[in-house]
Amino acid sequence: MKNIKIHTENMYLYYGSKMALNNISIDIPENKVTALIGPSGCGKSTFLRSLNRMNDLIDSVKIEGNILLDGINIYDKNIDVVSLRKKVGMVFQKSNPFAKSIYENIAYGPRINGINNKSELNDIVEKSLRNAAIWDEAKDRLHDSALGLSGGQQQRLCIARTLAVNPEIILMDEPASALDPISTSKIEELIVQLKENYTIVIVTHNMQQAARISDNTAFFYLGELIEYNKTKKIYTNPDKKQTEDYISGRFG
Amino acid sequence: MMLQKFKRDAKGFIFEGLTLASALIIIAILVVMLVVIIIGGKDMFTWEFLSTFPTDGMTKGGIFPAIFGTAMLVIIMSIAAVPFGTITAIYLTEYAKENSIIAKSIRFAVRTLAVIPSIIYGLFGLGFFIKFVGTGMDNVFLGGQLKWGQPNILWASLTMALLTLPVVIVSVEEALKTIPRELREASLALGATKWQTIRKVVLPGSFSGIMTGTILAVSRGAGEVAPILFTGAAYYLATLPGSLSDQFMVLGYHIYIMATQSANVDQTLPIQFGTTLVLLLLTFSLNFTAVILRYRIRKKRIA
Repeated sequence: MKNIKIHTENMYLYYGSKMALNNISIDIPENKVTALIGPSGCGKSTFLRSLNRMNDLIDSVKIEGNILLDGINIYDKNIDVVSLRKKVGMVFQKSNPFAKSIYENIAYGPRINGINNKSELNDIVEKSLRNAAIWDEAKDRLHDSALGLSGGQQQRLCIARTLAVNPEIILMDEPASALDPISTSKIEELIVQLKENYTIVIVTHNMQQAARISDNTAFFYLGELIEYNKTKKIYTNPDKKQTEDYISGRFG
Repeated sequence: MMLQKFKRDAKGFIFEGLTLASALIIIAILVVMLVVIIIGGKDMFTWEFLSTFPTDGMTKGGIFPAIFGTAMLVIIMSIAAVPFGTITAIYLTEYAKENSIIAKSIRFAVRTLAVIPSIIYGLFGLGFFIKFVGTGMDNVFLGGQLKWGQPNILWASLTMALLTLPVVIVSVEEALKTIPRELREASLALGATKWQTIRKVVLPGSFSGIMTGTILAVSRGAGEVAPILFTGAAYYLATLPGSLSDQFMVLGYHIYIMATQSANVDQTLPIQFGTTLVLLLLTFSLNFTAVILRYRIRKKRIA
Protein backbone atom coordinates (compact mmCIF):
# COMPACT_ATOMS: atom_id res chain seq x y z
CA MET A 1 0.00 0.00 0.00
CA LYS A 2 1.34 3.39 -0.92
CA ASN A 3 0.53 6.63 0.90
CA ILE A 4 -0.72 5.84 4.37
CA LYS A 5 -3.20 8.44 5.56
CA ILE A 6 -4.16 7.01 8.91
CA HIS A 7 -2.02 4.71 10.96
CA THR A 8 -3.06 3.27 14.30
CA GLU A 9 -0.78 1.35 16.54
CA ASN A 10 -1.72 -0.77 19.53
CA MET A 11 -4.83 1.24 20.06
CA TYR A 12 -7.11 0.38 22.96
CA LEU A 13 -10.38 2.05 23.84
CA TYR A 14 -12.32 1.66 27.06
CA TYR A 15 -15.83 2.70 28.05
CA GLY A 16 -15.21 3.05 31.76
CA SER A 17 -13.57 -0.24 32.64
CA LYS A 18 -15.01 -2.13 29.68
CA MET A 19 -12.62 -2.64 26.82
CA ALA A 20 -14.25 -1.85 23.47
CA LEU A 21 -11.24 -1.88 21.17
CA ASN A 22 -8.41 -4.29 21.76
CA ASN A 23 -5.03 -3.59 20.25
CA ILE A 24 -6.02 -2.16 16.88
CA SER A 25 -3.19 -1.61 14.45
CA ILE A 26 -4.19 -0.65 10.95
CA ASP A 27 -2.93 1.39 8.00
CA ILE A 28 -5.55 3.24 6.01
CA PRO A 29 -4.32 4.33 2.57
CA GLU A 30 -4.93 7.69 0.98
CA ASN A 31 -7.57 8.10 -1.76
CA LYS A 32 -9.02 4.68 -1.19
CA VAL A 33 -12.25 3.43 0.27
CA THR A 34 -11.67 1.38 3.39
CA ALA A 35 -14.64 -0.56 4.67
CA LEU A 36 -15.06 -1.61 8.28
CA ILE A 37 -17.32 -4.60 8.65
CA GLY A 38 -18.39 -6.83 11.50
CA PRO A 39 -21.41 -7.66 13.61
CA SER A 40 -23.15 -5.05 15.77
CA GLY A 41 -21.22 -4.06 18.85
CA CYS A 42 -17.89 -5.22 17.44
CA GLY A 43 -16.31 -1.79 17.81
CA LYS A 44 -16.20 -0.64 14.19
CA SER A 45 -18.27 2.50 14.78
CA THR A 46 -16.34 3.22 17.95
CA PHE A 47 -13.14 2.93 15.96
CA LEU A 48 -14.48 5.24 13.27
CA ARG A 49 -15.49 7.85 15.83
CA SER A 50 -12.01 7.75 17.32
CA LEU A 51 -10.59 9.02 14.05
CA ASN A 52 -12.18 12.47 14.38
CA ARG A 53 -12.24 12.34 18.18
CA MET A 54 -16.01 12.24 18.30
CA ASN A 55 -15.61 9.91 21.27
CA ASP A 56 -14.30 12.88 23.23
CA LEU A 57 -17.95 13.77 23.76
CA ILE A 58 -18.44 10.69 25.92
CA ASP A 59 -16.98 11.24 29.35
CA SER A 60 -16.20 7.63 30.17
CA VAL A 61 -14.12 6.92 27.06
CA LYS A 62 -10.42 6.37 27.52
CA ILE A 63 -8.04 5.74 24.64
CA GLU A 64 -4.55 4.26 24.72
CA GLY A 65 -2.07 3.79 21.93
CA ASN A 66 -1.48 5.93 18.87
CA ILE A 67 -3.64 7.17 16.05
CA LEU A 68 -1.53 8.99 13.51
CA LEU A 69 -2.91 11.15 10.75
CA ASP A 70 -0.21 12.04 8.24
CA GLY A 71 2.23 10.90 10.88
CA ILE A 72 0.86 13.17 13.62
CA ASN A 73 -0.75 11.76 16.73
CA ILE A 74 -4.27 13.17 16.81
CA TYR A 75 -4.58 12.50 20.53
CA ASP A 76 -1.53 14.60 21.30
CA LYS A 77 -2.10 17.37 23.82
CA ASN A 78 -1.23 20.05 21.27
CA ILE A 79 -3.80 18.92 18.73
CA ASP A 80 -6.69 21.28 18.20
CA VAL A 81 -9.77 19.06 17.98
CA VAL A 82 -11.68 21.66 16.01
CA SER A 83 -9.15 21.82 13.19
CA LEU A 84 -8.79 18.04 13.28
CA ARG A 85 -12.51 17.72 12.63
CA LYS A 86 -12.31 20.13 9.72
CA LYS A 87 -9.74 17.81 8.23
CA VAL A 88 -11.65 14.64 9.08
CA GLY A 89 -15.28 15.02 8.09
CA MET A 90 -18.04 12.69 9.12
CA VAL A 91 -21.31 11.47 7.64
CA PHE A 92 -23.67 9.82 10.08
CA GLN A 93 -25.99 6.86 9.90
CA LYS A 94 -29.12 8.94 10.23
CA SER A 95 -29.11 11.93 7.94
CA ASN A 96 -28.96 14.94 10.21
CA PRO A 97 -29.47 18.18 8.29
CA PHE A 98 -29.94 21.30 10.39
CA ALA A 99 -33.41 22.83 10.50
CA LYS A 100 -32.19 25.47 8.06
CA SER A 101 -32.38 25.94 4.32
CA ILE A 102 -30.39 23.73 1.98
CA TYR A 103 -28.10 26.67 1.31
CA GLU A 104 -27.54 27.40 4.99
CA ASN A 105 -26.80 23.77 5.72
CA ILE A 106 -23.93 23.80 3.24
CA ALA A 107 -22.78 27.29 4.21
CA TYR A 108 -22.69 26.38 7.89
CA GLY A 109 -19.18 24.93 7.86
CA PRO A 110 -17.60 27.64 5.70
CA ARG A 111 -19.30 30.32 7.81
CA ILE A 112 -17.89 29.01 11.07
CA ASN A 113 -14.52 29.06 9.35
CA GLY A 114 -15.01 32.76 8.81
CA ILE A 115 -16.07 32.78 5.15
CA ASN A 116 -18.82 35.37 4.86
CA ASN A 117 -18.31 36.63 1.34
CA LYS A 118 -21.57 36.03 -0.50
CA SER A 119 -20.16 35.02 -3.87
CA GLU A 120 -17.53 32.83 -2.29
CA LEU A 121 -20.22 31.08 -0.28
CA ASN A 122 -22.38 30.70 -3.38
CA ASP A 123 -19.49 29.01 -5.15
CA ILE A 124 -18.82 26.65 -2.26
CA VAL A 125 -22.49 25.74 -2.00
CA GLU A 126 -22.80 24.98 -5.68
CA LYS A 127 -19.54 23.06 -5.86
CA SER A 128 -20.34 20.99 -2.78
CA LEU A 129 -23.81 20.15 -3.99
CA ARG A 130 -22.45 19.21 -7.41
CA ASN A 131 -19.76 17.02 -5.91
CA ALA A 132 -22.34 15.28 -3.78
CA ALA A 133 -24.51 14.71 -6.86
CA ILE A 134 -27.49 16.59 -5.53
CA TRP A 135 -27.14 19.91 -7.33
CA ASP A 136 -29.76 19.15 -9.97
CA GLU A 137 -32.32 18.22 -7.36
CA ALA A 138 -31.52 21.12 -5.07
CA LYS A 139 -30.65 24.04 -7.30
CA ASP A 140 -34.19 25.38 -7.61
CA ARG A 141 -34.94 25.13 -3.91
CA LEU A 142 -31.73 26.23 -2.24
CA HIS A 143 -33.59 28.43 0.19
CA ASP A 144 -36.21 25.87 1.13
CA SER A 145 -35.88 23.88 4.32
CA ALA A 146 -33.49 20.97 4.04
CA LEU A 147 -35.97 18.93 6.02
CA GLY A 148 -38.25 18.87 2.97
CA LEU A 149 -35.81 16.66 1.07
CA SER A 150 -36.24 12.90 0.90
CA GLY A 151 -34.10 10.67 3.10
CA GLY A 152 -31.65 9.87 0.33
CA GLN A 153 -31.39 13.50 -0.70
CA GLN A 154 -30.85 14.52 2.90
CA GLN A 155 -27.97 12.11 3.19
CA ARG A 156 -26.35 13.44 0.03
CA LEU A 157 -26.90 16.93 1.43
CA CYS A 158 -25.04 15.86 4.55
CA ILE A 159 -22.21 14.60 2.38
CA ALA A 160 -22.22 17.93 0.52
CA ARG A 161 -22.15 19.73 3.85
CA THR A 162 -19.10 17.72 4.83
CA LEU A 163 -17.40 18.46 1.50
CA ALA A 164 -17.98 22.19 1.99
CA VAL A 165 -15.36 22.40 4.73
CA ASN A 166 -12.87 20.75 2.41
CA PRO A 167 -11.79 17.76 4.48
CA GLU A 168 -9.08 15.29 3.54
CA ILE A 169 -10.78 12.29 5.05
CA ILE A 170 -14.48 11.44 5.16
CA LEU A 171 -15.70 9.01 7.77
CA MET A 172 -19.02 7.40 7.01
CA ASP A 173 -20.99 5.55 9.64
CA GLU A 174 -23.42 3.29 7.76
CA PRO A 175 -24.45 6.17 5.52
CA ALA A 176 -26.96 4.16 3.49
CA SER A 177 -28.43 1.86 6.09
CA ALA A 178 -31.66 3.84 6.38
CA LEU A 179 -32.13 4.33 2.64
CA ASP A 180 -34.01 2.56 -0.11
CA PRO A 181 -32.06 0.64 -2.80
CA ILE A 182 -32.09 3.45 -5.37
CA SER A 183 -30.88 6.05 -2.90
CA THR A 184 -28.31 3.57 -1.66
CA SER A 185 -26.89 3.00 -5.11
CA LYS A 186 -26.64 6.76 -5.63
CA ILE A 187 -24.68 7.09 -2.41
CA GLU A 188 -22.45 4.20 -3.42
CA GLU A 189 -21.70 5.74 -6.82
CA LEU A 190 -20.93 8.96 -5.07
CA ILE A 191 -18.50 7.31 -2.65
CA VAL A 192 -16.58 5.74 -5.52
CA GLN A 193 -16.32 9.14 -7.21
CA LEU A 194 -15.27 10.88 -4.03
CA LYS A 195 -12.27 8.66 -3.41
CA GLU A 196 -10.42 10.46 -6.18
CA ASN A 197 -10.09 13.43 -3.91
CA TYR A 198 -10.73 12.09 -0.46
CA THR A 199 -9.76 9.22 1.74
CA ILE A 200 -12.89 7.39 2.78
CA VAL A 201 -13.46 5.13 5.74
CA ILE A 202 -16.89 3.57 5.81
CA VAL A 203 -18.64 1.40 8.37
CA THR A 204 -21.24 -0.82 6.81
CA HIS A 205 -23.44 -3.72 7.76
CA ASN A 206 -24.10 -4.45 4.16
CA MET A 207 -21.49 -6.91 2.98
CA GLN A 208 -22.33 -6.55 -0.68
CA GLN A 209 -21.92 -2.84 -0.30
CA ALA A 210 -18.46 -3.24 1.19
CA ALA A 211 -17.57 -5.60 -1.65
CA ARG A 212 -18.87 -3.19 -4.30
CA ILE A 213 -17.28 0.04 -3.20
CA SER A 214 -14.24 -0.60 -1.03
CA ASP A 215 -10.61 -1.18 -1.91
CA ASN A 216 -9.71 -2.59 1.48
CA THR A 217 -11.81 -4.25 4.11
CA ALA A 218 -11.23 -4.62 7.82
CA PHE A 219 -13.19 -7.22 9.74
CA PHE A 220 -13.82 -6.39 13.38
CA TYR A 221 -15.09 -8.85 15.91
CA LEU A 222 -15.55 -8.34 19.66
CA GLY A 223 -13.35 -5.28 19.67
CA GLU A 224 -10.52 -6.89 17.78
CA LEU A 225 -9.34 -6.36 14.25
CA ILE A 226 -9.50 -9.94 13.01
CA GLU A 227 -8.41 -9.44 9.45
CA TYR A 228 -7.51 -6.55 7.20
CA ASN A 229 -6.68 -6.88 3.55
CA LYS A 230 -7.64 -6.02 -0.01
CA THR A 231 -11.40 -6.32 -0.32
CA LYS A 232 -11.07 -8.85 -3.11
CA LYS A 233 -8.88 -11.05 -0.99
CA ILE A 234 -11.15 -10.79 2.07
CA TYR A 235 -14.18 -11.76 0.04
CA THR A 236 -12.67 -14.52 -2.02
CA ASN A 237 -10.01 -16.07 0.10
CA PRO A 238 -9.86 -14.78 3.68
CA ASP A 239 -7.04 -15.97 5.88
CA LYS A 240 -9.10 -16.39 9.03
CA LYS A 241 -11.94 -18.81 9.49
CA GLN A 242 -13.93 -16.22 11.51
CA THR A 243 -13.82 -13.83 8.56
CA GLU A 244 -15.00 -16.49 6.19
CA ASP A 245 -17.83 -17.48 8.54
CA TYR A 246 -18.98 -13.89 8.85
CA ILE A 247 -18.80 -13.11 5.17
CA SER A 248 -20.60 -16.26 4.19
CA GLY A 249 -23.33 -15.35 6.65
CA ARG A 250 -22.76 -18.12 9.14
CA PHE A 251 -22.89 -15.66 12.06
CA GLY A 252 -23.25 -11.98 12.80
CA MET B 1 -68.42 -18.77 36.87
CA MET B 2 -71.17 -16.43 35.83
CA LEU B 3 -71.37 -14.85 39.23
CA GLN B 4 -67.63 -14.31 39.35
CA LYS B 5 -67.68 -12.66 35.96
CA PHE B 6 -70.56 -10.48 37.00
CA LYS B 7 -68.71 -9.41 40.15
CA ARG B 8 -65.61 -8.62 38.18
CA ASP B 9 -67.49 -6.60 35.60
CA ALA B 10 -69.35 -4.73 38.30
CA LYS B 11 -66.13 -3.79 40.05
CA GLY B 12 -64.65 -2.61 36.80
CA PHE B 13 -67.76 -0.63 36.04
CA ILE B 14 -67.81 1.06 39.44
CA PHE B 15 -64.17 1.98 39.23
CA GLU B 16 -64.56 3.40 35.76
CA GLY B 17 -67.49 5.45 36.97
CA LEU B 18 -65.42 6.72 39.88
CA THR B 19 -62.60 7.89 37.64
CA LEU B 20 -65.05 9.60 35.31
CA ALA B 21 -66.79 11.29 38.22
CA SER B 22 -63.59 12.75 39.61
CA ALA B 23 -62.60 13.97 36.17
CA LEU B 24 -65.99 15.65 35.78
CA ILE B 25 -65.68 17.32 39.19
CA ILE B 26 -62.49 19.02 37.97
CA ILE B 27 -64.35 20.42 34.99
CA ALA B 28 -67.23 21.49 37.19
CA ILE B 29 -64.93 23.39 39.54
CA LEU B 30 -63.36 25.23 36.65
CA VAL B 31 -66.69 26.05 35.07
CA VAL B 32 -68.19 27.32 38.33
CA MET B 33 -65.14 29.44 39.01
CA LEU B 34 -65.15 30.97 35.54
CA VAL B 35 -68.88 31.54 35.46
CA VAL B 36 -68.91 33.28 38.83
CA ILE B 37 -66.00 35.51 37.93
CA ILE B 38 -67.29 36.34 34.48
CA ILE B 39 -70.80 37.12 35.70
CA GLY B 40 -69.47 39.20 38.58
CA GLY B 41 -66.86 41.03 36.56
CA LYS B 42 -68.31 41.42 33.07
CA ASP B 43 -70.04 44.72 33.73
CA MET B 44 -66.81 46.17 35.09
CA PHE B 45 -64.87 45.16 32.05
CA THR B 46 -64.91 48.51 30.32
CA TRP B 47 -62.24 50.68 28.82
CA GLU B 48 -62.79 53.18 31.58
CA PHE B 49 -62.17 50.56 34.26
CA LEU B 50 -58.96 49.48 32.56
CA SER B 51 -57.63 52.93 31.87
CA THR B 52 -58.37 55.07 34.92
CA PHE B 53 -57.09 55.45 38.45
CA PRO B 54 -59.10 54.39 41.51
CA THR B 55 -61.20 57.19 42.94
CA ASP B 56 -63.27 57.94 46.02
CA GLY B 57 -60.97 56.17 48.47
CA MET B 58 -60.64 53.24 46.09
CA THR B 59 -64.36 52.48 46.18
CA LYS B 60 -64.80 53.59 42.61
CA GLY B 61 -62.76 54.16 39.46
CA GLY B 62 -60.47 51.89 37.54
CA ILE B 63 -57.42 49.77 38.04
CA PHE B 64 -55.00 51.22 35.52
CA PRO B 65 -52.08 51.63 37.96
CA ALA B 66 -52.40 47.99 39.00
CA ILE B 67 -52.33 46.83 35.36
CA PHE B 68 -49.39 49.09 34.62
CA GLY B 69 -47.56 47.94 37.74
CA THR B 70 -48.15 44.27 36.92
CA ALA B 71 -46.80 44.82 33.41
CA MET B 72 -43.70 46.61 34.66
CA LEU B 73 -43.17 43.94 37.30
CA VAL B 74 -43.19 41.07 34.80
CA ILE B 75 -41.06 42.95 32.27
CA ILE B 76 -38.29 43.75 34.74
CA MET B 77 -38.63 40.27 36.19
CA SER B 78 -38.20 38.69 32.73
CA ILE B 79 -35.19 40.82 31.93
CA ALA B 80 -33.58 39.35 35.02
CA ALA B 81 -34.91 35.80 35.04
CA VAL B 82 -34.82 34.78 31.38
CA PRO B 83 -31.14 35.36 30.56
CA PHE B 84 -30.06 34.06 33.93
CA GLY B 85 -32.28 30.98 33.68
CA THR B 86 -31.32 30.29 30.07
CA ILE B 87 -27.64 30.47 30.84
CA THR B 88 -28.08 28.14 33.81
CA ALA B 89 -30.01 25.70 31.64
CA ILE B 90 -27.29 25.83 28.99
CA TYR B 91 -24.70 25.05 31.62
CA LEU B 92 -26.72 22.12 32.92
CA THR B 93 -27.47 20.51 29.57
CA GLU B 94 -24.42 21.42 27.54
CA TYR B 95 -21.46 21.77 29.84
CA ALA B 96 -22.00 20.04 33.17
CA LYS B 97 -21.27 16.35 33.29
CA GLU B 98 -24.54 14.55 33.88
CA ASN B 99 -23.64 13.02 37.21
CA SER B 100 -21.10 15.51 38.49
CA ILE B 101 -21.56 16.85 41.98
CA ILE B 102 -22.02 20.39 40.71
CA ALA B 103 -24.75 19.44 38.23
CA LYS B 104 -26.54 17.41 40.87
CA SER B 105 -26.26 20.29 43.34
CA ILE B 106 -27.67 22.76 40.83
CA ARG B 107 -30.56 20.49 39.96
CA PHE B 108 -31.26 19.92 43.63
CA ALA B 109 -31.18 23.67 44.23
CA VAL B 110 -33.53 24.34 41.32
CA ARG B 111 -35.99 21.72 42.52
CA THR B 112 -35.83 23.08 46.06
CA LEU B 113 -36.29 26.68 44.91
CA ALA B 114 -39.37 25.56 43.03
CA VAL B 115 -41.07 24.24 46.17
CA ILE B 116 -40.16 27.02 48.59
CA PRO B 117 -43.39 28.79 49.65
CA SER B 118 -43.67 32.13 47.92
CA ILE B 119 -43.97 34.09 51.16
CA ILE B 120 -40.45 32.98 52.01
CA TYR B 121 -39.24 34.55 48.78
CA GLY B 122 -40.89 37.72 49.99
CA LEU B 123 -39.01 37.56 53.26
CA PHE B 124 -35.79 36.77 51.47
CA GLY B 125 -36.32 39.74 49.14
CA LEU B 126 -36.89 41.98 52.14
CA GLY B 127 -33.81 40.74 53.95
CA PHE B 128 -31.47 40.43 51.01
CA PHE B 129 -32.46 43.01 48.41
CA ILE B 130 -33.86 45.74 50.62
CA LYS B 131 -31.98 45.45 53.89
CA PHE B 132 -28.69 44.14 52.57
CA VAL B 133 -28.24 45.32 48.96
CA GLY B 134 -30.48 48.40 49.08
CA THR B 135 -29.33 49.75 52.41
CA GLY B 136 -25.78 48.91 51.42
CA MET B 137 -26.16 50.94 48.22
CA ASP B 138 -27.62 53.84 50.17
CA ASN B 139 -24.73 53.80 52.61
CA VAL B 140 -22.06 53.53 49.94
CA PHE B 141 -23.44 55.83 47.24
CA LEU B 142 -25.84 58.17 48.98
CA GLY B 143 -24.17 58.62 52.35
CA GLY B 144 -26.95 56.85 54.17
CA GLN B 145 -29.79 58.77 52.56
CA LEU B 146 -32.77 56.42 52.17
CA LYS B 147 -33.49 55.58 48.56
CA TRP B 148 -32.86 51.95 47.70
CA GLY B 149 -33.17 50.53 51.21
CA GLN B 150 -36.95 50.42 51.01
CA PRO B 151 -39.52 48.48 48.99
CA ASN B 152 -39.61 49.34 45.28
CA ILE B 153 -40.40 47.85 41.90
CA LEU B 154 -36.82 46.77 41.26
CA TRP B 155 -36.50 44.67 44.39
CA ALA B 156 -39.99 43.27 43.92
CA SER B 157 -39.19 42.29 40.33
CA LEU B 158 -35.90 40.68 41.32
CA THR B 159 -37.61 38.76 44.11
CA MET B 160 -40.22 37.59 41.62
CA ALA B 161 -37.41 36.68 39.20
CA LEU B 162 -35.99 34.34 41.83
CA LEU B 163 -39.38 32.72 42.25
CA THR B 164 -39.86 32.17 38.52
CA LEU B 165 -36.28 31.14 37.83
CA PRO B 166 -36.97 27.41 38.25
CA VAL B 167 -39.79 27.66 35.70
CA VAL B 168 -37.44 29.24 33.17
CA ILE B 169 -34.60 26.82 33.87
CA VAL B 170 -36.77 23.74 33.56
CA SER B 171 -38.51 24.86 30.34
CA VAL B 172 -35.29 25.88 28.66
CA GLU B 173 -33.57 22.72 29.78
CA GLU B 174 -36.37 20.65 28.31
CA ALA B 175 -36.17 22.57 25.07
CA LEU B 176 -32.40 22.12 24.86
CA LYS B 177 -32.79 18.41 25.45
CA THR B 178 -35.12 18.08 22.46
CA ILE B 179 -32.28 19.04 20.14
CA PRO B 180 -31.07 15.64 18.95
CA ARG B 181 -27.54 14.60 19.72
CA GLU B 182 -27.10 13.97 16.00
CA LEU B 183 -27.42 17.67 15.23
CA ARG B 184 -24.84 18.60 17.82
CA GLU B 185 -22.53 15.94 16.41
CA ALA B 186 -23.11 17.16 12.85
CA SER B 187 -22.05 20.63 13.87
CA LEU B 188 -19.03 19.48 15.84
CA ALA B 189 -17.97 17.16 13.03
CA LEU B 190 -17.85 20.16 10.71
CA GLY B 191 -15.27 21.73 12.98
CA ALA B 192 -17.59 23.95 14.96
CA THR B 193 -16.62 24.66 18.53
CA LYS B 194 -18.97 23.79 21.31
CA TRP B 195 -20.00 27.41 21.72
CA GLN B 196 -20.64 27.80 17.98
CA THR B 197 -22.74 24.66 18.10
CA ILE B 198 -24.78 26.00 21.00
CA ARG B 199 -25.22 29.41 19.44
CA LYS B 200 -26.02 28.35 15.88
CA VAL B 201 -27.74 25.00 16.26
CA VAL B 202 -28.91 24.40 19.81
CA LEU B 203 -30.25 27.82 20.78
CA PRO B 204 -32.14 28.57 17.54
CA GLY B 205 -33.77 25.16 17.83
CA SER B 206 -34.73 25.92 21.41
CA PHE B 207 -36.26 29.30 20.73
CA SER B 208 -39.78 28.04 21.26
CA GLY B 209 -38.80 26.54 24.60
CA ILE B 210 -37.16 29.74 25.76
CA MET B 211 -40.21 31.75 24.77
CA THR B 212 -42.51 29.25 26.43
CA GLY B 213 -40.44 29.38 29.60
CA THR B 214 -40.58 33.16 29.55
CA ILE B 215 -44.31 33.29 29.10
CA LEU B 216 -44.97 30.69 31.78
CA ALA B 217 -42.72 32.63 34.14
CA VAL B 218 -44.54 35.85 33.31
CA SER B 219 -47.88 34.23 33.86
CA ARG B 220 -46.74 32.89 37.22
CA GLY B 221 -45.19 36.22 38.18
CA ALA B 222 -48.30 38.15 37.24
CA GLY B 223 -50.41 36.11 39.61
CA GLU B 224 -48.17 35.82 42.66
CA VAL B 225 -48.63 38.27 45.49
CA ALA B 226 -46.66 37.00 48.45
CA PRO B 227 -43.15 37.75 47.13
CA ILE B 228 -43.95 41.39 46.50
CA LEU B 229 -45.87 42.10 49.70
CA PHE B 230 -42.78 43.25 51.57
CA THR B 231 -40.67 44.20 48.62
CA GLY B 232 -42.56 46.79 46.62
CA ALA B 233 -46.31 46.42 46.20
CA ALA B 234 -48.27 49.43 47.37
CA TYR B 235 -51.76 49.74 48.78
CA TYR B 236 -52.55 52.84 46.82
CA LEU B 237 -50.50 55.27 44.76
CA ALA B 238 -51.73 58.41 43.11
CA THR B 239 -49.05 58.21 40.43
CA LEU B 240 -47.46 55.53 38.29
CA PRO B 241 -43.97 54.35 39.22
CA GLY B 242 -41.53 56.65 37.44
CA SER B 243 -38.28 54.96 38.40
CA LEU B 244 -36.96 51.67 39.65
CA SER B 245 -36.90 53.01 43.18
CA ASP B 246 -40.65 53.69 43.22
CA GLN B 247 -43.31 51.43 44.65
CA PHE B 248 -46.10 50.17 42.44
CA MET B 249 -49.60 48.76 42.47
CA VAL B 250 -50.29 45.27 41.22
CA LEU B 251 -53.43 43.30 40.29
CA GLY B 252 -53.16 40.39 42.70
CA TYR B 253 -52.46 42.61 45.69
CA HIS B 254 -55.21 44.97 44.63
CA ILE B 255 -57.73 42.13 44.82
CA TYR B 256 -56.46 41.22 48.26
CA ILE B 257 -56.73 44.73 49.71
CA MET B 258 -60.08 45.33 48.08
CA ALA B 259 -61.41 42.19 49.68
CA THR B 260 -59.89 42.62 53.13
CA GLN B 261 -58.71 46.16 53.77
CA SER B 262 -61.36 48.23 52.10
CA ALA B 263 -63.56 50.47 54.20
CA ASN B 264 -66.60 49.01 52.54
CA VAL B 265 -66.02 45.55 51.19
CA ASP B 266 -69.51 45.12 49.81
CA GLN B 267 -69.32 48.34 47.89
CA THR B 268 -66.03 47.35 46.26
CA LEU B 269 -67.26 43.90 45.31
CA PRO B 270 -67.65 44.77 41.61
CA ILE B 271 -64.10 46.13 41.57
CA GLN B 272 -62.87 42.90 43.09
CA PHE B 273 -64.66 40.85 40.48
CA GLY B 274 -63.47 43.13 37.69
CA THR B 275 -59.87 43.00 38.84
CA THR B 276 -60.04 39.22 39.20
CA LEU B 277 -61.41 38.92 35.69
CA VAL B 278 -58.61 41.09 34.32
CA LEU B 279 -55.95 39.08 36.13
CA LEU B 280 -57.50 35.83 34.96
CA LEU B 281 -57.70 37.00 31.35
CA LEU B 282 -54.10 38.14 31.54
CA THR B 283 -52.77 34.81 32.79
CA PHE B 284 -55.03 32.82 30.46
CA SER B 285 -53.99 34.77 27.41
CA LEU B 286 -50.33 34.44 28.38
CA ASN B 287 -50.63 30.69 28.74
CA PHE B 288 -52.61 30.50 25.54
CA THR B 289 -49.89 32.44 23.73
CA ALA B 290 -47.33 30.02 25.11
CA VAL B 291 -49.28 27.09 23.73
CA ILE B 292 -49.75 28.70 20.31
CA LEU B 293 -46.12 29.70 20.11
CA ARG B 294 -44.92 26.25 21.01
CA TYR B 295 -47.21 24.73 18.41
CA ARG B 296 -46.27 27.15 15.64
CA ILE B 297 -42.55 26.84 16.04
CA ARG B 298 -42.78 23.09 16.37
CA LYS B 299 -44.73 22.95 13.13
CA LYS B 300 -42.22 25.18 11.41
CA ARG B 301 -39.39 22.97 12.53
CA ILE B 302 -41.00 19.88 11.07
CA ALA B 303 -42.04 21.51 7.79
